[in-house]
Amino acid sequence: MFKTLKQHIFRSPYQSLAAIIVVSLSLFVISVFFLIGAGSQRVLQYFEGRPQVTAFLKDEVKPQEIEMIRARVQAKDKVKEVSFVSKEDALKIYREQNKDNPLLLEMVTAKILPASLEISTTDLKSLKAIAEELKEEPMVEDVIFQEDVIVALSSWMQTLRITGLVVAGFLLAVSVLTILVILGMKISQRKDEIEILKLLGATSGYIRGPLYLEGIVYGIVAAVISWVLSFASLLYLSPYIVKFLSGVPLLPVSFLFALETLGGLVCLGVVIGFLGSLFSVSRFLRTIR
Amino acid sequence: MISFEKVTKKFGDITALSDITFSVDKGEFVFLTGSSGAGKTTVIRLILGEYLPTSGEILSDKERIDKIPKKKLYLWRRKVGVVFQDYKLFPDRTIFENVALPLEIQKTSSSEIKSKVEKILDLVGLSQRAGLFPAQLAGGELQRTSLARAVVTGPEILLADEPTGNLDPRTSEEMMRLFKEINERGTTILMATHNCEIVDAVKTRVIEIKEGKIVRDEKEGKYRGEKSKTKS
Repeated sequence: MFKTLKQHIFRSPYQSLAAIIVVSLSLFVISVFFLIGAGSQRVLQYFEGRPQVTAFLKDEVKPQEIEMIRARVQAKDKVKEVSFVSKEDALKIYREQNKDNPLLLEMVTAKILPASLEISTTDLKSLKAIAEELKEEPMVEDVIFQEDVIVALSSWMQTLRITGLVVAGFLLAVSVLTILVILGMKISQRKDEIEILKLLGATSGYIRGPLYLEGIVYGIVAAVISWVLSFASLLYLSPYIVKFLSGVPLLPVSFLFALETLGGLVCLGVVIGFLGSLFSVSRFLRTIR
Repeated sequence: MISFEKVTKKFGDITALSDITFSVDKGEFVFLTGSSGAGKTTVIRLILGEYLPTSGEILSDKERIDKIPKKKLYLWRRKVGVVFQDYKLFPDRTIFENVALPLEIQKTSSSEIKSKVEKILDLVGLSQRAGLFPAQLAGGELQRTSLARAVVTGPEILLADEPTGNLDPRTSEEMMRLFKEINERGTTILMATHNCEIVDAVKTRVIEIKEGKIVRDEKEGKYRGEKSKTKS
């Protein structure tokens, strides 16, 4: 079967190449959408995992009052975690953030930095309500929260998912059709051979086998090409992405993730190749006895 | 072995065969003669299951060939060898590989394939050509390859559709010697031809078809009607 497959592929190499290129491009675009989607999900998780509401406390606040506020906030529904950042802790954070700028470090002491409560939630929609309630606390000076970033990111993710699915669906259909047409052309060229094989007593499986395999091979080769292309692009763009998303631990991606992506693309390639060949072979074999 | 019972085959409004009845016994050598378009090839294609009759029955022993489902047709075809006028060899396979193909299809072991193919190539005198490709062989050699491929599996019946149509008289004679030898070994042969020389030389049963009807069925018949044009 593998010998026949090799003959089939190399007898009309340009048709084989055309099928591989079209499917590679489709899978490349799909994998780019997937990588952007996975990256955005990671960024969203990063923001979700960070304190989303920060309540700065007045200087005169007493430790008992802080504990009372903390207990009240912690008791609220949808609140995941409440942590206290003292003036000293705030200074440490400030120093870490500005370690390259000694002038800024000299001018700031723990006294002028406010202590704060950092709250993370289980539901992004509740951010605003929590922030509003905190503002009512007499010992709270100011409240900031990251509603805009997270809501914008969530909405962007949703749009990306829908666009990605529509584009992927369209490209998958194009890929299946391409394999169907190219294999159909190849089968037409080999019509006489297939008829002779049938007359010599070949089973349907004997004739179908190499043709199915041919479609699957196109799919696998295209999957590997698209994977190499998309990860090479990611590698090339990494410095820009890291700069753009400073602080978000997104890159480098793990080896396991790269391998999983390859596995996914190969599965998709196999399905595309198999469906394309299945349709073209069945269409042809229906016409002969 | 093979019998046609009141078989009619129509293609749209055209009647290719009309109500024909005949049978071929095991071990017989039968010529199917008639001018081009008489219906000879249609008979062969009906036996192979490529066509279904419009009416009537085609039987092999007691099995209805025309009732074999498409999925099971390969089992019947493995019992039948076919030789075509235009050889129908695979150009990208060597002579050995072409002859080995039916055995390969039947999943015969490599060692058995080797021994059977060598034996049959020896019979048709092509042992020295085994490694060559069809494009490197002459017409007679190609037809001998086609014959070797048809009989390598030891079929019960051998169908030949104008096997000498593309050959010169001397090569045709050589081919007929091979067909006779194969028939003497027990294979039933049904040969469609309009080559008068070979029909007259072999002196065997002749069924003549004219406009889709059997007009003659003689035990030791001779060729009648238009003389064929053979290559010289």
